Amino acid sequence: MSLAYAVTDSRIMITRCLRRSRRDPEAFFTALMLPIILMLLFVYVFGGELKDSGSYVDYVVPGLIVLCAGFGAGTTAVALAADMAGGIVDRFRSMPIRASSILLGQVAASLTRNLLATALVIGVGLGIGWRPTTSVWHWLGAAAMIVLFILALSWLAAAVGLLAGGPEAANSFTFVLMFLPYVSTAFVPTHTMPAVLRGFAENQPFTPIIETMRGLWMGHTSTGASLGHEAWIAVAYGLGILAVSWAGATWLFRRRSAA
Amino acid sequence: MYAVYRLSMPYTVVAEGIRKSFGGRAVLDGVDLTLERGSVLGLLGPNGAGKTTLVRILATLVRPDGGRATIAGHDLAADPVGVRGVISLTGQYAAVDDVLTGRENLEMMAGLLHLPRRARRARVAELLVEFGLTDAQDRRVGTYSGGMRRRLDLAASMIRCPELLFLDEPTTGLDPRSREQLWHTVRRLAEQAVTILLTTQYLEEADQLADTVAMLTGGRIVARGTPDELKSSLGAEIVRLRFPDVRAFRTALAAGGATRAGAAAGALIAEDADEQALTIDIATDGSATRLRELLTAVAATGAASPRVSTHRPSLDDVFLSLTAAAPSTPEPRRVPEPAP
Repeated sequence: MSLAYAVTDSRIMITRCLRRSRRDPEAFFTALMLPIILMLLFVYVFGGELKDSGSYVDYVVPGLIVLCAGFGAGTTAVALAADMAGGIVDRFRSMPIRASSILLGQVAASLTRNLLATALVIGVGLGIGWRPTTSVWHWLGAAAMIVLFILALSWLAAAVGLLAGGPEAANSFTFVLMFLPYVSTAFVPTHTMPAVLRGFAENQPFTPIIETMRGLWMGHTSTGASLGHEAWIAVAYGLGILAVSWAGATWLFRRRSAA
Repeated sequence: MYAVYRLSMPYTVVAEGIRKSFGGRAVLDGVDLTLERGSVLGLLGPNGAGKTTLVRILATLVRPDGGRATIAGHDLAADPVGVRGVISLTGQYAAVDDVLTGRENLEMMAGLLHLPRRARRARVAELLVEFGLTDAQDRRVGTYSGGMRRRLDLAASMIRCPELLFLDEPTTGLDPRSREQLWHTVRRLAEQAVTILLTTQYLEEADQLADTVAMLTGGRIVARGTPDELKSSLGAEIVRLRFPDVRAFRTALAAGGATRAGAAAGALIAEDADEQALTIDIATDGSATRLRELLTAVAATGAASPRVSTHRPSLDDVFLSLTAAAPSTPEPRRVPEPAP
């Protein structure tokens, strides 16, 4: 089986997954509206109270990116779980195609959906007065961080989708991912939290990832640690989650489909 | 290898001693199966007999615990990719994408089979006509009826004419009209000399479509032959005794059991007894002598006199007699192969 065939197979799978997400009006609408509504909600409803230094929109953009990516990853987990529960994966696997292209299609579609949501968050943020004080290089760095983070999260979602018994079970993953950012520096700095929560918030993976984006865009982090320090931890977390999830998802896929 | 197969092998499927257990329970316990090129094999068995497991094994989706098989000359274990290149699987749960339209589904499958773009379009248009889906081609499959979904599923399997087509319970859950339509489609494929392995729990379906029927029960093939051979293996006529009440029914059945244990010639051996309907079916050769013996035996049991009717054996009768006997008698019932 040549590389060209593998590329074709993956491309067809990606097209299928994207078509499916485009045609699910409820999920599509939510995915588009979520970044906009959350942005307006946080900045105009909570932002007045939370503002301690500068404009709250400057603080909150990385957190919203992470929150929306969490929602998107949940969608991916549900989509893959639904595929595994139906008969179509059996048909694909009985055809002379790369089995890995089935997973690759879901992950690539997830990446595409989430990058669009991220672009929307950034667009709305810029629209309501977010002014990152930064260079092109910092922008590229932030973009790389986002891609790594979303890729890792998409593979994690794939693993969860394969682990879950069905789409409903996979859906609880969305809840976890949408809850975790609240216990990080996404919306408020950790020094406002009680000690127990602070310990968790400062050490969970979302915090260094958010702080890296914040540092790259705004020139300073909210934890007081240096950008270099946060970035190093963030990249380690990103690559770690990516590697473990990729291996896990591949193994689970082979195991589940060979049962 | 493949060229050798085309020239010399009369069999599309040769499977030997296929075994598979799930959680310590043996689902398949040494299945031997051959399938001649261009023929339609109906694999019959009760629910949970392992029909679907056998199909999934032969379609490379499940690895067997033991045994080996070649599909169109490709070894199942050594060359699963080769096997996938020559089979098509149409599953119990129509394996098509609900969210895509009929045409998009077929184009996707054609793309995955690496048909060149132009050939893809042409082939898909052809199949839509052939399977009666032209009007519905741009509707989402989610809006299709059960029969249309199965037809689309079958069309997807025929994008590239396979060496072996698996039809796993193709009409389960369909209304009688859709079932009739699907049978018509399958018959047309059979006429084009497509080799088909059909699993079904509807005996009528096997009778209608299959050249050869294999009965799978207790993890083994317990009988194999043409539908006619299987029917005549039970005898020429089934005599049905309908008793007036439960007491008479039980008396006769108990006496029958006793004579069976004694293995006396001309005994009253029930192939099927139904306490609800108060009937006992007995296979006979249809001769007056046998019938007289039988009625004498019934009278001798002392049970109240039953009503008597006779009918030609159906596959249902064969099925019921085999599935009733299977757990205690693993020895396969031999049915002579047809003369070449």
